[in-house]
Amino acid sequence: MGHTFDGRIRQVESQPVTAKTNKNVMPGDTRARRSLYLQYLVEPFYYLSPAIILIGAVMMVPLIIGISYSFQSIELLNPFKNGWVGFENYGKLWGDRKFWIALENTFFWTFWSITFQFFLGLGLAMLLNTNFYGKKLFQALVFLPWAVPTFLSALTWAWLFNPVIGPLPHWLAALGILSEPYNILGDPDLAMWGPITANIWFGVPFFAITLLAALQSIPSELYEAAEIDGATPWQTFTKITLPFLAPMIAITVMLRTIWIANFADLIFVMTGGGPANSTQILSTYIFTTAFRKLDFGYASTIAVALLVILLIYAVILLWLRKKLVKI
Amino acid sequence: MSVAARRHPALTIGKYAALAFYLAFALFPLYWLLKIAITPDALIYSEGTRLFPSAVSFDNFRTVVFQTDFLAYFGNSLTVSLATAAITTLIAAAAGYAFSRFDFMGKRIIIALMLITQMFPLLMIIAPIYRIVGQLGLLNSLTSLIIVYTAFNIPFATFLMQSFFDGIPKDLEEAAMMDGCSRFQALRKVVFPLTLPGLGATLGFVFTAAWSELLFALMLISKNDAMTFPVGLLTFVSKFSVDWGQMMAAGVLALIPSCLFFIFIQRYLVQGLTSGAVKG
Amino acid sequence: MARIELRDVVKRYGAVEVLRDINLDITDGEFIVLVGPSGCGKSTLLRMIAGLEPITAGDFLIDGARMNDLRPRDRDIAMVFQSYALYPHMDVARNMGFSMEIRKDPTEERKNKVAQAAATLGLSALTDRLPKALSGGQRQRVAMGRAIIRDPRAFLFDEPLSNLDAALRVEMRLEIARLHQKLGATMIYVTHDQVEALTLADRIVVLNGGDIQQVGGPLDLYERPANKFVAQFIGSPTMNVVPVSGTEAGVTIANGKTIALPHLPDTQQAVEMGIRPEHLDVVDPGAGDLNAVADVVEHLGSDTNIYVKVDGVGPLMVRKHGNIPAKSGDRLGLRVRSEKVHIFAPDGTALRRAA
Repeated sequence: MGHTFDGRIRQVESQPVTAKTNKNVMPGDTRARRSLYLQYLVEPFYYLSPAIILIGAVMMVPLIIGISYSFQSIELLNPFKNGWVGFENYGKLWGDRKFWIALENTFFWTFWSITFQFFLGLGLAMLLNTNFYGKKLFQALVFLPWAVPTFLSALTWAWLFNPVIGPLPHWLAALGILSEPYNILGDPDLAMWGPITANIWFGVPFFAITLLAALQSIPSELYEAAEIDGATPWQTFTKITLPFLAPMIAITVMLRTIWIANFADLIFVMTGGGPANSTQILSTYIFTTAFRKLDFGYASTIAVALLVILLIYAVILLWLRKKLVKI
Repeated sequence: MSVAARRHPALTIGKYAALAFYLAFALFPLYWLLKIAITPDALIYSEGTRLFPSAVSFDNFRTVVFQTDFLAYFGNSLTVSLATAAITTLIAAAAGYAFSRFDFMGKRIIIALMLITQMFPLLMIIAPIYRIVGQLGLLNSLTSLIIVYTAFNIPFATFLMQSFFDGIPKDLEEAAMMDGCSRFQALRKVVFPLTLPGLGATLGFVFTAAWSELLFALMLISKNDAMTFPVGLLTFVSKFSVDWGQMMAAGVLALIPSCLFFIFIQRYLVQGLTSGAVKG
Repeated sequence: MARIELRDVVKRYGAVEVLRDINLDITDGEFIVLVGPSGCGKSTLLRMIAGLEPITAGDFLIDGARMNDLRPRDRDIAMVFQSYALYPHMDVARNMGFSMEIRKDPTEERKNKVAQAAATLGLSALTDRLPKALSGGQRQRVAMGRAIIRDPRAFLFDEPLSNLDAALRVEMRLEIARLHQKLGATMIYVTHDQVEALTLADRIVVLNGGDIQQVGGPLDLYERPANKFVAQFIGSPTMNVVPVSGTEAGVTIANGKTIALPHLPDTQQAVEMGIRPEHLDVVDPGAGDLNAVADVVEHLGSDTNIYVKVDGVGPLMVRKHGNIPAKSGDRLGLRVRSEKVHIFAPDGTALRRAA
């Protein structure tokens, strides 16, 4: 892959076997070569170009086209309306009640998903950082949800919430949380907790894996030193564990927040955004607009809005990090 | 290390309670999936919410495999996921190698671009991709899915491979080059064998990701014979929403490849081939 | 066997110049040691000779042929790495024979050569082991075996002993010296350990901050350092340097004592005087050139190190052979062996009569 870009060099590659048998041949005399320096400059791009070309063609170019769509009317069901419309889509977005509901839902969905995922993940990581019998098997089993395809997680949880074949409504009713065993996915007040539960189930292993890796990188001498200095377990946790985990936590939470805000599969499969848009978040709104209405212009406009919100979020977080982290 | 757990019997009990909670939370939904799948149809409504079925039957699996299109969906998904995993891993290995071993102009920009692809809403490009794929006449073809999935997975797979390459000392390759290898030979004979666990893990990650992708597949595939498993299952669910046992049997089948790859990854991640010789 | 020449060789990373105008002739069969503090560019220079780093400017020749643009594999040079860089997935025999395997030499010949090299290095019983089952010293031997099996034009060593413990280091140092005697090959050896440099080298190249400070035999560097850097870098313990004012006949120390230096030129330019710890003699208090108080005394058995304080001059170190019955707080007189004194001009260069 690396060197066969030019006939001259290929020729050289085929020579060493014969040249080697005769040690008196001066390599410098017989093998004129392209400068090593030039080779050093170009070589990495042989390895990189397939990746760059593919990402450029399949992600970067469509991204730009997608942004341009937000200034056009592109409705596949209504081909006569197609054309440039300036900021018309954005005006429509501003007045779209569904958009504002979806925005609010996005915050709700992301915040509660990430909060539960993080704390449950941290707990699991701390448990896995201790020793107990059967740890390897336990670890493999609790990480399993992470390997379950998302559409299947969604279906499984949708079924669990179904009073006909799932036990959850009955349990919730028995606990007095529900007045009678009905499907919360059909209740506009509670429906969002269905996908959030599925998301927690699916996302805890990810946090646990990341935090466990960070925990294991803390030198054990520190704990021993703290113990000798007379620290209580709680002090050890707050004074040593947390400060060490903080940078990892910050970056993981930030990336995961963005990921969850973009994550439409669970909601789309479990509720399709309903009932009455009570579970519609921006990403599912984008998808249903593109997939069901085939209104690509408006779908792209919502997508640009989501992108801008995420960008603002990232900038604020990076700014906060710069302010708070001294090192 | 286990400073907290060593002290109190109450803490120990709490710890095992927590372990039990996590285990139950992780496994119960999957258990339920399996339970409904093996409950005979006649019993589903009468004992739908009982913890254990009173009888076991594999009829649902038989029906799903032999009387529906699931076998075809399964085959399509397998084709798409395997091809995506293989191509992605190859391309990502090359790119990750370049990131790990070379310092070159534009490296930071390329890395930044790759990071950005991990952040922006992928749904943003679903409309443009649909139109481009449509204009190329590739709608309802598995090829389009393979290309799209490959591109989506390259950035992450590249960073993953880079971290594996970073773990292999540069000295080894340089020694190989001093021993008479070209860079590519050194890659093939020395670096490649040492990075097999990394390649395995990357293959597994990409396979799992491709296997579970739903939204782009829904958008790009509408013909029954080109449907991947997620699309097929979802279509099945919306058409026959009363055939619980069969749906869950199909779900259990969809779980199998992911679980296999998961076990595979677990095995390889633990293995540290180089540790002995590298630490000196 | 090879004659190696470096002509005005320069290495830059972007705008940072890490090596400047390196000129060096290495004759066939010579053992050259590159020595200097970390970051001086010695490893970079070695890697440029190996072909692992491109040369920014200048020429690098082996037997008169320019090598700049040849890849490592075409230079026919072997290298022993600091980390040994043994291939973890190959056994000892395959590690050693890898270069011949790559060059598709006949299997029979390869096996013979591996067996021969393994016997030379005392590895015959270990040839089917993986590197991870070897001790540090054994890994080091395999790394050397891998180099000698090829019968290359030159050997490069990049701090090969720095990962070994003290006892093994001495043993392997002798082994390398023996190897050089036996093979008579050109060897270039990088180290920051001056003992390795002084014991192994035919000639030592002292590098600092990307410049060659001095090239010479071990005794040359010890007896006639070209500047203050070399004077203080070579020799253990480190040479004492004290400020002086130069006069026609010699130099005057801060305590007013003048030391006559008839054998040195231009003494009036001197601003500093260097004197090795072993060239200060202990005499009765008041009798020598300097009056000192012993601060810390180290009894090493074979030698005695005395750290002293001298009024108006500062701390100095004295090393005497044998056991001197001094203790902390003792008053001592010190006499400077004036024929062993080095004097330095303001720019740090040593003032001495042309050889």
